[in-house]
Amino acid sequence: MKIRIEKRLEIPRYAGIIVPVISVAVALLIMGIILLVFFVGRLGNLSSAFRETVEAYKEMLTWPFANRYGLFSTFMRMVPLAFVALGLSFAYRMKIWNIGGEGQLYMGAMVSTWGALFLFKDVKSPLIMIVLLSIVGAAAGAAWALIPALMKAFARTDEIVVTLMLNYVAIFWVDYLVYGPWKDPKGYGFPGTAPFPDQARLPSFFDDEFHIGVFIALAVAVLLQYIYRKTGWGFNSQIVGDNLLAARYSGINVRNYTIIALVVSGAIAGLGGAVQMMGVQHRLQHGFSPGYGYTAIIVAWLAKLNPLAILLVSFLFGGLLVGNDQLQMFYKLPMALISVFQGLVLFCLLGGEAVSKYRLAIVKEVPENE
Amino acid sequence: MKRFLLILTLLLVTTAMLAAPLRVAFIYVAPIGDGGWSFMHNQGRLYLEKVFGSDIVTDFIENVPEGAEGESVFRGYAQRGYDLVFGTSFGYMDSMVKVSKSFPKTTFMHCSGYQVTDNLGTYFGRMYEPRFLSGLVAGAMTKTNIIGYVAAFPIPEVIRGINAFAMGVQYVNPQAKVHVVWSNTWFDPAREKEAAVSLLDIGADVIAQHQDSPAPQQAAEDRGVYSIGYNSDMSAFAPKAFLAAPVWNWGPYYEKIVRSVMDGTWTNAQYWGGINDGAVDIVLSDLVPSGVAKLVMSMRNAIVKGDMHPFVGPIYDQAGNLKYAEGEIPSDGDLLSMDWFINNVVGKIQ
Repeated sequence: MKIRIEKRLEIPRYAGIIVPVISVAVALLIMGIILLVFFVGRLGNLSSAFRETVEAYKEMLTWPFANRYGLFSTFMRMVPLAFVALGLSFAYRMKIWNIGGEGQLYMGAMVSTWGALFLFKDVKSPLIMIVLLSIVGAAAGAAWALIPALMKAFARTDEIVVTLMLNYVAIFWVDYLVYGPWKDPKGYGFPGTAPFPDQARLPSFFDDEFHIGVFIALAVAVLLQYIYRKTGWGFNSQIVGDNLLAARYSGINVRNYTIIALVVSGAIAGLGGAVQMMGVQHRLQHGFSPGYGYTAIIVAWLAKLNPLAILLVSFLFGGLLVGNDQLQMFYKLPMALISVFQGLVLFCLLGGEAVSKYRLAIVKEVPENE
Repeated sequence: MKRFLLILTLLLVTTAMLAAPLRVAFIYVAPIGDGGWSFMHNQGRLYLEKVFGSDIVTDFIENVPEGAEGESVFRGYAQRGYDLVFGTSFGYMDSMVKVSKSFPKTTFMHCSGYQVTDNLGTYFGRMYEPRFLSGLVAGAMTKTNIIGYVAAFPIPEVIRGINAFAMGVQYVNPQAKVHVVWSNTWFDPAREKEAAVSLLDIGADVIAQHQDSPAPQQAAEDRGVYSIGYNSDMSAFAPKAFLAAPVWNWGPYYEKIVRSVMDGTWTNAQYWGGINDGAVDIVLSDLVPSGVAKLVMSMRNAIVKGDMHPFVGPIYDQAGNLKYAEGEIPSDGDLLSMDWFINNVVGKIQ
């Protein structure tokens, strides 16, 4: 008798919703037990530990989504995640693995800063300024992705390695500029550029807590949805992703598709960098992104590369990050425990995915010479 | 939403009537287990809990990135009516300026920054004083006259520390040079160790550092040479190498700030405390010979009394230009924006 893992032939349609929900619930349950043990250790008895755990959960789940201020924080974290994940989806659909979202985000931020502080410093109209900075930000992300694109298309290099390595290069460029030539002359020698002028800031509301970046992300998502569903590009790129040989036989120029996929992918991430600068950062500084480009890979994958689902997943992910902050801020939970929690959520989601796609089959061994 | 606000106001009113404990929050840039910068700030927080007992409630969050994410954390605490919020990293400046304007009832204190608002003050320590003292130790102990310095980031604070250290070295040993390598990290043990090894490879026999991890100390211990730590007493990490460390001691200062907020005498002054305030100091290990220790302690006393300043001219830069004439002392403004190395430092400001 052998146990074998085999692919499920039929996956029910509702699995796409129900499996992630159950997965997250399982993660919450496991984390609840860990929290309970942790609080018992701190408070000394089970009943108050249980109350504390329930309180902490309530805080974590309500503040990011049901409180005005928490919601703004969630949107703030959602925006860069959404942009990069949307960009990645464009390449991932063709099974071109752009791991360079972080670098493309940095490049978009860097060049839009150049625009805001130096290149377009005489532009006074906010509308023109914002459009110009968006364009140069997207162009910078595109140019940064063009390098691995050309290398893959003409020299068959592996895009995973090249895009990943270029992230470090982009971060070093930004560091060089903010510690060197672009250092704020009024900043007492501290690193970081001068702040953006007012006309280079996105319109924002509610005491500057909510900027319009979320609507720009929505527009990009709708546009991508349209491209994927209704255009020849969407159809052909799906073929390239599903079956490269079939794509070649049907006359698709795979080389051009590869280049365009990576360039557009980088452009969207670069636009995200520009939006992040114009929306919340308002100045380029070292390490302005705490790894959004990498988290976005998970977001894109969890959303199954569907643009509208990416918006939803990045919103939920942003909420998870904000909720986790609350646990630290008001329940004195150590950061390590928070990392465990985030790991658990991902682990359960991956596990759920595997369970819904594959099943264990018990195979009776059949004697060979029968 | 309305009900939430109602409950919140009710809660605030009742707590105010009961003369509620002062609610204090700390935001740290690194894990508190780093043994360095954030660890020492957290020691200050624990000191507050000990001193004030039930008159105070403290909360904290570690590993908060600088930038927009930090802003939502500051806002979160202010939103919940915390009375006093400490931001303990330079990069929180923009966020704190912005949030302090939205929440005038909360007092904000920013470590190492330079911008203030009506309810935002800044504080920092004159770390260059104990750095100078640790330079005396290094200069006295080196035999190869090559002293390695693993530097963090090319910002004025770090450059000032290197120069103060080099002034100390020069004071006891004019032949010795301070060789600087940049790690461009605050806490990255692997990279910091590598940087220390690169200095050991050129013959350095004392290693100093500006990062939060004890990795450079351990690199020195592995090679059987001496080390100068930073932030806290790092002797446990490298007992055979650790000579001395300039250290932070935030507790007494935090106590002063909390008292001033409690009795309403707080102002948004820019505080820069030295050894005489107890904000910074030096620790020496048993490996330091008694003659050297005596010199260090007498210099320390002179600094406390104001008879001695780590930076006294003549001071020359690397190109040999006279920056400060005989007996001249740089102003605080000069110190806070220092962006050049003195003449016994080998290395470039990137």
